[in-house]
Amino acid sequence: MDQNIPEVIRTVPLQYYIYFATALFAIGVTGVLTRRNAIIIFMCIELMLNAVNILLTAFSAYRSDPNGQIFVFFIMAVAAAEVSVGLGIIVMIYRNFQNTDVNLLNRLKW
Amino acid sequence: MQETVLPAAGAPNSTLLYILIPLLPFLGFLINGLLNKRLSGTIAGVIGSATVLGSFLISAYLFSTFQYQYTVTLFDWISVGSMQIPFSYQIDQLSLIMLLLVTGVGFLIHVYSIGYMHHDENVGKYFSFLNLFVFSMLVLVLGANFVILFIGWEGVGLCSYLLIGFWNKHENFNNAAKKAFIINRVGDLGFLLGIFLIYLTFNSVQYGEVFQKASLAQFGPYTASICTAITLLLFVGAMGKSAQLPLYTWLPDAMAGPTPVSALIHAATMVTAGIYMVLRSNVLFTLSPTTLEVVGIVGLATAFFAATIGLAQNDIKKVLAYSTVSQLGYMFLALGVMGYTSSMFHVLTHAFFKALMFLGAGSVIHAMSNEQDMRRMGGLRKALPITFITFLIGCLAISGIPPFSGFFSKDEILSHVYEHNKLMWAIGLFTSFLTAFYMFRLLFLTFFGQFRGTEEQKHHLHESPASMTLPLIILAVLAAVGGFMGAPMILGKHYLADYLAPLFTYSQRINPAAFAAEVDHNTELMLIGASVAAGVLGIVLAYVQYVSRGVLPAEDEGQRSAPESLVYHKYYVDELYNALFVRPIMGLSRGLYRFVEQGIIDPIVNGFGRITLGGGQLLRYVQTGTTGMYLILMVVGIVLILALNLFRF
Repeated sequence: MDQNIPEVIRTVPLQYYIYFATALFAIGVTGVLTRRNAIIIFMCIELMLNAVNILLTAFSAYRSDPNGQIFVFFIMAVAAAEVSVGLGIIVMIYRNFQNTDVNLLNRLKW
Repeated sequence: MQETVLPAAGAPNSTLLYILIPLLPFLGFLINGLLNKRLSGTIAGVIGSATVLGSFLISAYLFSTFQYQYTVTLFDWISVGSMQIPFSYQIDQLSLIMLLLVTGVGFLIHVYSIGYMHHDENVGKYFSFLNLFVFSMLVLVLGANFVILFIGWEGVGLCSYLLIGFWNKHENFNNAAKKAFIINRVGDLGFLLGIFLIYLTFNSVQYGEVFQKASLAQFGPYTASICTAITLLLFVGAMGKSAQLPLYTWLPDAMAGPTPVSALIHAATMVTAGIYMVLRSNVLFTLSPTTLEVVGIVGLATAFFAATIGLAQNDIKKVLAYSTVSQLGYMFLALGVMGYTSSMFHVLTHAFFKALMFLGAGSVIHAMSNEQDMRRMGGLRKALPITFITFLIGCLAISGIPPFSGFFSKDEILSHVYEHNKLMWAIGLFTSFLTAFYMFRLLFLTFFGQFRGTEEQKHHLHESPASMTLPLIILAVLAAVGGFMGAPMILGKHYLADYLAPLFTYSQRINPAAFAAEVDHNTELMLIGASVAAGVLGIVLAYVQYVSRGVLPAEDEGQRSAPESLVYHKYYVDELYNALFVRPIMGLSRGLYRFVEQGIIDPIVNGFGRITLGGGQLLRYVQTGTTGMYLILMVVGIVLILALNLFRF
């Protein structure tokens, strides 16, 4: 199986990809949890998403299975749609509050 | 006996006719019930009467073309494992006679009701209940097995309850309805257990099968004791429905309902269902002489006991009610001494004259603006001539004066009793004397002497409309000549006995002696003389007391001697039952309510509510509305799930 994997890819071990993706994901989570600006939170979500994408691609390459990479394309397409919706929501929040601080959105409580 | 032959295709008796007999009143019930307020009273009455008339015409047609007994299976109803209970009708002499009785008398009473209920605001409801009753009663008499009989049995019980409490704005009336319903439950329990035991013993509830097996004694050892158990349980059911000691107390209270209801349900038809049931299962009863003895003694005791109570009642309907209980006692007495035909004979004649008298009483009450106390009546003879004459015929019939119908049937019963036991005959004869006395006491107090009501009532006195007097006249004719269908041997042919004979073939095979016995003519003449003398004596005494001397019954608070007071208060039976059953049960219920319901069950149920509410109160603080908090919780949750999966706790 290893023979099928190109030399270029083999120069970087799989673990490195995993560490990298995990770090990226952790940064994303931290950002989502700590920041209050909706746009920053949104960007951090994108980070988390792409960490997963990198992981998928890496596994796909090391397993010589193109399915993972194809899946990544789908995720990107869906993410594009999600981004447009999310940004739209943020624009609406700004129009209502003149601000994008998510802590202002605390009216949904009992 | 049992020829289960379906009528051949194209035969005049197509299945449709049998379905239509009970279905027509049911249609009437649906129409009147659904269009309740939208129909005018008269139209509702006409619909109600027309459907019953239709059933009567079909029954009469079937009666005239009847040749042999058969059962008609409409559909398979209950089939569980080896238990097969088809929904089938039995067409034989007994069911045909009952059909004619129920639809015929029922029709007259429906017509009468049009006039009587004219002023009521719920005529539609009234006629729909009345039609439902006729439907249930027809199912009861048509059914070819005990389960269908039981369904009809419960149906008539329900309608009785609904109609007793028809004027449901009076609390007393509602209580009377409940009393009737609950006391009937006691009897029904016995009946139901009887049916279970029948199924257990004979592996079937179909009449034909059960009676055939019973007559051949094909059900293993303990034949006699099993039969005794079955018949005693069935008789408990009959006691409840037909108001026998000790379950009779509901019938006098049932007079709270409209008077035509009393005539139809509580005099002519429903209360005879118990007798119908015993007649239907005469084979089983014949097999158990013990039960027959019990039936006879209970019947005689009821007849005597109720007659004595009737002596001191002042409410015109209460007198008739106790008289009904007493006459039902006579019918059971006849069953007990195996005078099956004479019992049926008395059912028929009693239906005529008692329905007549109830309707007559209704006419009086109608004229008196709802006054029922005989002490406030008197002298109504001139104002209500038709009611008076028809009522007089009814009184003569029930008192056993020849040639009116009651004479023949009662005389026949008494002659059967005479063969069986002289002492019972003597008590029966004395009861017959009491009957004549209190019936004529009623007649004299109501129609003779001076008018004792208010001026307003006097001004309002009027003969009832034709829709009410016509049924009275027809019933009076029937009560007068109805007896000739079963004239004693010396006077002619006993048509009814000949007609009903096939029903009793099994019984006759089991106990030929009881059917063969025939009194010689001298004894028969002596018996006739004795019963006529008893009747005449009762009438004469009543005349002397209430017309010549003009004695009036004392007011409620008036002084009474001890035995008088005992009778006036109906032997305190109601009070006794209250103390023995009602109050302990009420006390038990109240105790259970207080300690079990309020002490245990309520706290548990409310506790669950409180826990949920409290939990919600606590949890609501989690919902802060702060998005950051939600996100942290979400991440913590995901991490926890991940950790659980990785380390497999």
